[in-house]
Amino acid sequence: MIMPLLQGLKITFLHMFKKPVTLQYPDERPNVVPNFRGLHGLKVSHERAKCVACYLCPTVCPAKCITVEAGEDANHDKFAARYEIDMLRCIFCGYCVEACPVDALKMTQEFELASYKREDFVFVKERLLEKK
Amino acid sequence: MDALLALPPMYYVAMVAKVLIAFVFVLLTVAYATYAERKVIGFMQVRLGPMRTGWYGLLQPIADGLKLFFKEEVVPKQASTFAFLIAPLIALVPAFISFAVIPFGGNVEVFGYTIPLQIASVYDPTVGRVLDLNVGVLYILGMASLGVYGIVLAGWSSNSKYSLLGGLRASAQMISYELAAGLAIVSIFLMSGSLSLNQIVADQAGAFGVAGWYLFRNPFTFLAGIIFFICSIAEINRTPFDLPEAETELVSGFCTEYSSMKYAMFFMAEYANMVTVCAVTTTLFLGGWHGPAFLPGWMWFIAKVYFLIFCCMWIRATYPRYRYDQLMRLGWKVFLPITLVNVVATALWIMVVG
Repeated sequence: MIMPLLQGLKITFLHMFKKPVTLQYPDERPNVVPNFRGLHGLKVSHERAKCVACYLCPTVCPAKCITVEAGEDANHDKFAARYEIDMLRCIFCGYCVEACPVDALKMTQEFELASYKREDFVFVKERLLEKK
Repeated sequence: MDALLALPPMYYVAMVAKVLIAFVFVLLTVAYATYAERKVIGFMQVRLGPMRTGWYGLLQPIADGLKLFFKEEVVPKQASTFAFLIAPLIALVPAFISFAVIPFGGNVEVFGYTIPLQIASVYDPTVGRVLDLNVGVLYILGMASLGVYGIVLAGWSSNSKYSLLGGLRASAQMISYELAAGLAIVSIFLMSGSLSLNQIVADQAGAFGVAGWYLFRNPFTFLAGIIFFICSIAEINRTPFDLPEAETELVSGFCTEYSSMKYAMFFMAEYANMVTVCAVTTTLFLGGWHGPAFLPGWMWFIAKVYFLIFCCMWIRATYPRYRYDQLMRLGWKVFLPITLVNVVATALWIMVVG
């Protein structure tokens, strides 16, 4: 009856000398895995977004958080005049990236999406374009 | 009154100094026991504990205290106001007051005047020994039982079912475990033949400063020491026995309705009780301030008390909470018979072995 109790004390005592697993977050950054699904990014090619405004991503989106409006450029090519993702509704499923036929969309490692205003959670095209 | 004023002026100076030092020491220990507890339990759970307030989180107790101090005082409308307000004080004062009789060091000589390092005591040069409260142990037991009033009053006056259940559990639990704790101390009475803590400590001086400790004198006092410590933990409502404030069942038990400084007082009472209980265990079983000669007595006393506080935290980090019927069974069906037999066995040991 007493031995298991002492065994428990021994285990907790030995654990005291193990290296703590705590990650001191703002000072130490976590290693985000390569296929982590964070904030979206619009890929850039030849100085402009690759997106052709085909509407596949808003169609496949289960949370209905993507808004796309098509526009026509000087070469009569279709492009996304407006591309917005509402991060408050997004569930980070990644279906939009899978659906994209021109590989224009990706998900980044960015996970710190907290903000003070609701409006700040709507990411417009300029904020989504990948940084060079 | 005349007898009181007849003492030399050094007596009063020493008395004030002793009270201040002991009180500040206990308060600081209480504050940093909360920090130490979070650190120790953190490391035992392979975490770090508080790290961000000050260097390695060292300012955490001060930050906690300030936060609680500036919180809003909430008194429930249905509560019985007077009892509600007085209950934290009733819980806090007995926790500190027990320190009056605990000897925390040998005699110190200042300007030719001998000061015993025990608050309620005086060195009598005509007799050549320290005079202290001759029923010191009973005084401590009495103060320990007073502590339950604060908790029961808090539970009752809050007018909330969780508080009431917490208070009820506390009263039943503390009374049950007081019996076993008291009987465990009887073995010490048999060994020392005195109820004065000063005498009890003096009796524990021995070879290497360790051999004289009652814990190691004979197997029965060893058992009594272990049981006394466990019962003390139960009496001050610490984890495995923290049913009065079992947060998974009773929100926060008797202090559910308390906020701000009144809540902090219960917290302080809990930790002050822990310090007191560890000091009492040290005095009764671990030889008080006696230890190997290379350190002064008061340092040994502090070291032993801190070791026991560490043990409290260690136990908290290890064991889950008892169920209520298990708690009562342990108190009444295990500890009470064992201590009763233990008293007889200690008496026989003293008669046969000497």
